[in-house]
Amino acid sequence: MRSADRYRLIRRVAIVAGMVVLLVLPFITEAIDEPFYVDLVTRFMIFAIAAASLDLILGYGGMISFGHAAYLGIGGYAVAIFSFYGIDNGFLQLTVAIVGSALVALVIGAICLKTSGLYFIMITLAFTQMLYFLGVSLEEYGGDDGVNTNRSEFFEALDLYDSNTFYYFVFGLLVVCVLGLRRIVGSRFGRVISGAKSNELRMRAIGFPTFRYRLVAFAVSGAVCGVAGFLLGNLTEFVTPEYMHWSRSGELLVMVVMGGTGTIFGPVIGAVSFLLLEEWLSSLTEHWLLFFGPSLLLLVLFAKRGLYGLISPPTGEAE
Amino acid sequence: MAMSLPLILEQTLNGFQFGVFLFLIAAGLTLIFGIMNLVNLVHGSLYMMGAYFAAVAYQWSGSFLVALAVALPASFVVGIVLEIVALRTLYQRDHLDQVLATFGLILFFNQLMIFVFGAASQEMNLPQGLEGHVEIIAGAPYPTYRLVIIATGLAVALALYYLISRTRAGMLIRAGASNRAMIAALGINIRLLFTGIFGLGAMLAGLSGAMAGPILSVEPGMGEDMLILSFVVIVIGGIGSVQGAFVASVIVGVVETLGRSIIPFLLERILSNEAAQTAGPAITSMTIYILMAAVLFFRPRGLFPAKGG
Amino acid sequence: MKKVVIASGLVAALLATSAGAAETLKIGYINTFSGGAAILGKHQRDGFDLAIDHLGGKVGGLETEVIYGDDQRKPDVAKSLADKMIKKNRVNFIAGITWSNLLMAVQKSVTRSKTFLISTNAGASPMAGKLCNPYFFTTSWNNDQMPEAMGQLVQEAGDNNVFMMAPNYQAGKDMLAGFKRYYKGKVVGQILTKLGQKDYQAEISQVRAAKPETLYVFMPGGMGIAFMKQWGASGLAQSIQLYTVFTVDHLTLKPIGKAAIGTFHTNFWNHESDNPVNQKFIADFQKKYGYMPSHFAAQAYDAPLLIDSAVRAVNGDLSNKDGIRDAMRKADFKSVRGGFRYNTNHVPIQNFYRREVVAGADGNAKIVTTGVVFKDYKDSYYKDCKMTW
Repeated sequence: MRSADRYRLIRRVAIVAGMVVLLVLPFITEAIDEPFYVDLVTRFMIFAIAAASLDLILGYGGMISFGHAAYLGIGGYAVAIFSFYGIDNGFLQLTVAIVGSALVALVIGAICLKTSGLYFIMITLAFTQMLYFLGVSLEEYGGDDGVNTNRSEFFEALDLYDSNTFYYFVFGLLVVCVLGLRRIVGSRFGRVISGAKSNELRMRAIGFPTFRYRLVAFAVSGAVCGVAGFLLGNLTEFVTPEYMHWSRSGELLVMVVMGGTGTIFGPVIGAVSFLLLEEWLSSLTEHWLLFFGPSLLLLVLFAKRGLYGLISPPTGEAE
Repeated sequence: MAMSLPLILEQTLNGFQFGVFLFLIAAGLTLIFGIMNLVNLVHGSLYMMGAYFAAVAYQWSGSFLVALAVALPASFVVGIVLEIVALRTLYQRDHLDQVLATFGLILFFNQLMIFVFGAASQEMNLPQGLEGHVEIIAGAPYPTYRLVIIATGLAVALALYYLISRTRAGMLIRAGASNRAMIAALGINIRLLFTGIFGLGAMLAGLSGAMAGPILSVEPGMGEDMLILSFVVIVIGGIGSVQGAFVASVIVGVVETLGRSIIPFLLERILSNEAAQTAGPAITSMTIYILMAAVLFFRPRGLFPAKGG
Repeated sequence: MKKVVIASGLVAALLATSAGAAETLKIGYINTFSGGAAILGKHQRDGFDLAIDHLGGKVGGLETEVIYGDDQRKPDVAKSLADKMIKKNRVNFIAGITWSNLLMAVQKSVTRSKTFLISTNAGASPMAGKLCNPYFFTTSWNNDQMPEAMGQLVQEAGDNNVFMMAPNYQAGKDMLAGFKRYYKGKVVGQILTKLGQKDYQAEISQVRAAKPETLYVFMPGGMGIAFMKQWGASGLAQSIQLYTVFTVDHLTLKPIGKAAIGTFHTNFWNHESDNPVNQKFIADFQKKYGYMPSHFAAQAYDAPLLIDSAVRAVNGDLSNKDGIRDAMRKADFKSVRGGFRYNTNHVPIQNFYRREVVAGADGNAKIVTTGVVFKDYKDSYYKDCKMTW
C-alpha cells in the first residue's frame, strides 16, 4: 500500500514532467518538422485554462454549471468587438475580457446561486442560452455568421501571429491561471468553499456567509474562463456565438471530470486528453462519435476520480 | 402585424397543443428523476428513437397504427436494456456523473442513427384519414392530427393520474419519490420497480417521438431541443411531480406560443420598426428561459415540488 | 480524417509526364460529417468523390491524395483542420465547407498561407465583396443569388401581397433582404422564427390572419421539413402560393413528400439539362450511391473538375500559383451546369432556373425545371471586390 508521500512525489513528478514537455514542445516539433502540433497543443492549453476555471466552482464548490461556455464567448467578443473598431490593444482587450466575464458572472451567479441541484444546472443553462440567442441576433457583429478578428497587440516585440510566440504566450497564461487557482483553493477562501460544498449548514452555523463566498468564486471562475475566451478568439481569429452553445459547456464539464474534479491540475490533463482523443478518433472514421460517446460513459463508471485520481492516494485527500 | 381576438384564441389553442405535446415528453423525464433521482439526458435520444422506429415501421407497412404498435414496445425494450446495461449503476452517483454519462450516450445514439439509417431525414407522413381539418374556432381550420395529439396527451395524463393515485404501483412510485429507503425496507423489489419505471418513461418518450414523426423532421439530433424544453418544463413544474409537469407544460406551451405572436406585436408599437424587427425575435427566443428564471426566483423548487428527501 | 490514396499505378506509369518529377497532388476536404446536419457533408463529399473517380483518380494528370476532415460544425475545429492540412499534410488545395461562419473562420489562415481555398457550398457575402481573395474560389454561389432570383421570379409572376418568413439568424435575414432587392410589390407581413424551432402552427395561424396571396419562406434542413409538412397539413396551400428558397431540393424532397407539390423555388442547377456532363453525373451518381443527387452534390462535383483544368494548364507545376490562379479564373472545364464562368470576385456567373414541384407519374413529388429566371447572373457584391484581372 503506497503511502501518501509516495503519491505526492508521483504527482509532483508528473506535474513537473508535464510542464517540461509543454515548455520544450516547440523545439521538438521543429526538430521533427511537424510545426502543426504547436498550434494543436495551443488549442489544448486554451481549453485547459477554461476547464481549470470550471473546477474552482465545480470540483471545490460543487456547483454544476452548464453555462460556463458563456465566458468563452464573452472573452472572445472582447477581442473581436474592439478589433472590429480597429482597436487591437491586447491590454485593453484582456482587461475587458476579465472584467466583463466577472461582471456577467456576478449577475448570473446572484440569481442562480439561490437554487441548487438540477435547478441550478438548468438555470445556468438558461442564461447561457439567452446569451447565445442574444449573440445570434446581434447583426452588427455578424450574428451567428461570426466576426473575424486580428490577433491582439501587446508590445512591439510580441508578434502573436507567430505560432511559437503565441504558444508560449498561452503557456504563460496557463501557468499563471493554474497557479493562481491553486493558491485560491489552498487559501481560507478556498476552504470555506469546499466546506460549504460538503456541509453548508455547518459553515453557515460557524458564521460564514456562504452565498457571498460562492458568488465571489463564481465570478473568479468566470473571469479566468474569460481569459480562455480571449485566447480562443485570438487563436481562431474568429468569434461566433457558437462558442457559448450549451454543448460546449457540456464538453468543459467532461474535461473536468475526465481529469479529476477538485484538483485544478486534473482538468488540465482532462482537457488535453479529451481533445487529443477527439482529434485522434475523428481522424479514424466519420462515425467516431460511436466510440467517443460510450467512452465518456465508461470513464464515468470506472474512473471515478479521473486521470489525476489514478496518481492520487485512495483516501482522496484534497491537496 | 394583425392581432385580433380570434387570433389570440387560436394561438392559445396552438399553445395548449404544444404544451400537451411537451407534457408527453416531460412526463417520463420527471418520473425518472423523481423516483430514481437520475438526471437522464438520454430522454431526448429515446424520443428520437421512438420517431425512428415509427418512421421505419411506417415506411415498411404504410400504416400509422402499425408504426405505433412497433414504436411503443420497441422504446420500452430499448429503455429497459439501457437501464440494465448502462444506467443502473448511476443511481448512486452524483448528478454530475449522471449528466456526463448520459451526455456521452446522446452523442452515441445520434451517430448510431446516422450509422444505421444514414444521415438523411426519414420519411413519415400524416396517417390517412387524419389529414383533414376541423373548424373549432370559426374561420380557423385546425388540423385533425393535432387534435389527436391533444387527445393522446390528455389520455396519457389521465392514465398516469390513475396509475399514480389509484394503483399499488402508483403508491410505490409516490412512496419512492419521498422516501426511497423506506420502500426498500418494506421488502419491495427496488430493482424491478426502477427498471419498470424507466421502461415506462422510455415508452412515453418513444410515444411522443412517434406522434411527432408525421409533422416534424425525423433526423439525427432531433431530440436535443426537446430535451432542453422538457428540462425547463420539469424544473418549472417541480421535479418528480407529474401533476406539476402537466401544469408547467401547458404554461410553457401557451406562454411560448403567445409570446411569439404578441411580443413582436407589442414591440412594434413601442419601438421603431427596425428595432422591433431585431429585438422581437431575440426576445421571443428567450421567453421560456426568462419564464423559468422568474418561476425559480419566487419558487426555487418549482411550482409543485414533490421530492421529499 | 481519412487518408485516401486514390491512385492507379499502371495508369500513372502510362501518363507520366516527362516534365519534372510527378508530384502527388494533395487536396484537403473539410466538411461536416457528424451530428445532425451531416447529410449536407455527405452529399457534397459524394459529389466530390465521384468527380475524382471520373478523373480516374488523377486530378490534373497527377496522382491525387484526398485528406478528409470532419469539422463537427465548429469554427475552431475547422480552422485547426485547415492548419493541419496545410502544415502537416502540405496540401495544395483545400475544398469543402458548408457553413458561412466556418468559411469565415477558415479563410484568413488558409489564404494567408497561399493555399487555394475552394468553397463547395458556403457563400458568405463578405467573400464575394470586400474580403474577396486571390486564393479563394467558390464552385457554388453567393448566398444572396438564390433569394434574389426568387424575388425576380415572384415579381415576374405578378404575385403580390407577400408574407415572408425565415429563421432569425444571419442567413435568414440575408434571404429576406436579397428577395426584396428584386421583388417590388407589397409585403404584408414578416416573421423571423426562432432558430431550430420545429413547430410552426402558431406562425401558420399568423400567416392566415394576415391574408397574403403569396408566402415566401427560407427554412433550411430539419426546420424546413417540419414547416413544409405542417404547411401541407394546414390546408392553406389552396389559397396561398408558396415560394421557397433552400428549403425544397433533392435532399429534402423525399421527407417532405407531397406537401411540396405546387411550390416553386429557384436553383442554379437545371438537373434536367441534357448537357452530357450533367447526364453522366446524375446517372453515375445514382449508380454509385443509390440516390438522386441534390445541387449540393452537383456544386461539389465541379470542384475537382476546376482543379483538374487548372493543374493541367500549368502542366502539373504546383508551385506556379499565379499560373494556377489564372487557369482557375478561366474555368476551362465542362461543368454540370453547362457553361461556367467566373466573375472578378471568383464567384460563378451562372443561370438561375425556375423550378416547380409537381406530382410525378407515381403521384409522388417531383422537381421540374420550368424556365430561366436569370441568365448569366452576377452576384450583388462583386463591385466591392477590389481584384482586377
